[in-house]
Amino acid sequence: MAAGIAALLTLTQCFTDKQNEGERLYTQYCANCHMDDGSGLRNLIPPLAGADYLVNHRDELACIIQHGQTGNIVVNGKNYNQGMPAFEHLNKGQITNILNYVQTNFGNSNPRFTIPEVEKQLFDCRHLLEQ
Amino acid sequence: MKRNKITRSLFALLLLCFAGAWQGCSDKSSAAGDLPILGERQVVQREADGRQVTDTVYHTIPDFAFINQDSQVVTSLTVQDKVYVTDFFFTTCPTICPKMKSQMLRVYEAFKDEPQLVLLSHTIDPKHDTVAVLRDYADRLQVSSDKWHFVTGEKDSIYSIAMQYMVTALEDEQEPGGFVHSGAFVLVDQNRHVRGIYDGTDPAQVDKLIQDIPALLPKKNKKKDAN
Repeated sequence: MAAGIAALLTLTQCFTDKQNEGERLYTQYCANCHMDDGSGLRNLIPPLAGADYLVNHRDELACIIQHGQTGNIVVNGKNYNQGMPAFEHLNKGQITNILNYVQTNFGNSNPRFTIPEVEKQLFDCRHLLEQ
Repeated sequence: MKRNKITRSLFALLLLCFAGAWQGCSDKSSAAGDLPILGERQVVQREADGRQVTDTVYHTIPDFAFINQDSQVVTSLTVQDKVYVTDFFFTTCPTICPKMKSQMLRVYEAFKDEPQLVLLSHTIDPKHDTVAVLRDYADRLQVSSDKWHFVTGEKDSIYSIAMQYMVTALEDEQEPGGFVHSGAFVLVDQNRHVRGIYDGTDPAQVDKLIQDIPALLPKKNKKKDAN
C-alpha cells in the first residue's frame, strides 16, 4: 500500500517537477557562484553565458559537475583559478538536466545532451569517485 | 477582536516611541536618517554637579587589528571617522559567498568616489586565506585596497569580532566548505555603532543598504549651513 502511494507520488512528480528540473537544480547548486544569469564573478568565477569552454570541453562537462575541478582554466581567453566543488550525489538524469539548462539559456544555443552521452562521460571518469 | 488587536499594537507602538524618546535615542537617530543604533544598550547613572544624570551607553565595536591583502595592518584607526560595511566570508566558500561578493561589488561601485565609506571583509578561514590568497581574490575582483579591505588575523579575534557585529560565524565540519556563517552585511557608523544589518545575498536588501548609507555620511553642504 505504502509502496503504491510512493510509486504514485514519484510518477506524478515526473509529470510536474521534472520539466524544470534543470533550472531548479541550477538555482540550487550552481547559481551561488555562476550567478542566476550565468555571468560568473569578474575574474574569479568563469561565466557560463557565451562561454567557449562549454563547446571546447563538451566531453568533460558531466565529470566536472560530478567531481568538481581545480587548477587554472581558460574561458573566453581569460584565466580562472577558483576551485569548483564536486556534486557526487547528483545522478546522470539530474546532471543531464543541469547541462541542458546551461546549454540552452543565458544566450547559449549549444546542442543538448542525452542521458546516454552523460552516462558515458561519467563512466569514463568513474575512478575519481574513489578519491 | 481584530480592532482590539490593532489598538493593542498601536498602543505598543506608542509605548515604543515613548521609550525611545525617554532613552534619548530619537534625537540621535533622526539626525542620521532614522537608522537605529542596534545591539544591547545600557543605561548608566552617574553624578554630575551633585545631580543624578542618566546616560545611555550604546553597543560599540571594540578596537581591532587585522592584516589586509596588501599586508597592511587594518585597525579601528583605519575606519576612524568613516562609515563602513563589513561581512564575513572565506575564499573557498562553495555556497553563498560569491553571491555576497557580487552584491558587495554593487556597494563598492555605488560609493567608489566616496572616500568616507570603506568595505571590510573578514575571512573566517585564516588558515587557508593567507594574505597572498586574499590578494589574489581581491585582484580577481578588480577592486582597490584603499576602499575594500580583505582581512585575515587570529582566528579567535575574527570569530569574537563577528559576535560584536552580531554575525554568526562558526567552524562546522558538517557544513559545505567546513564553516557556517551568515550572509549579513553590517553597516557601522563613525562611532562604531551598528546601524543596520542586511542580507547580503538579497539584492532588494542591498538596495536598501545603498539607500541607507548616505544618511550616515557627512552632508556635502553641511559646513556651509553651519557657518
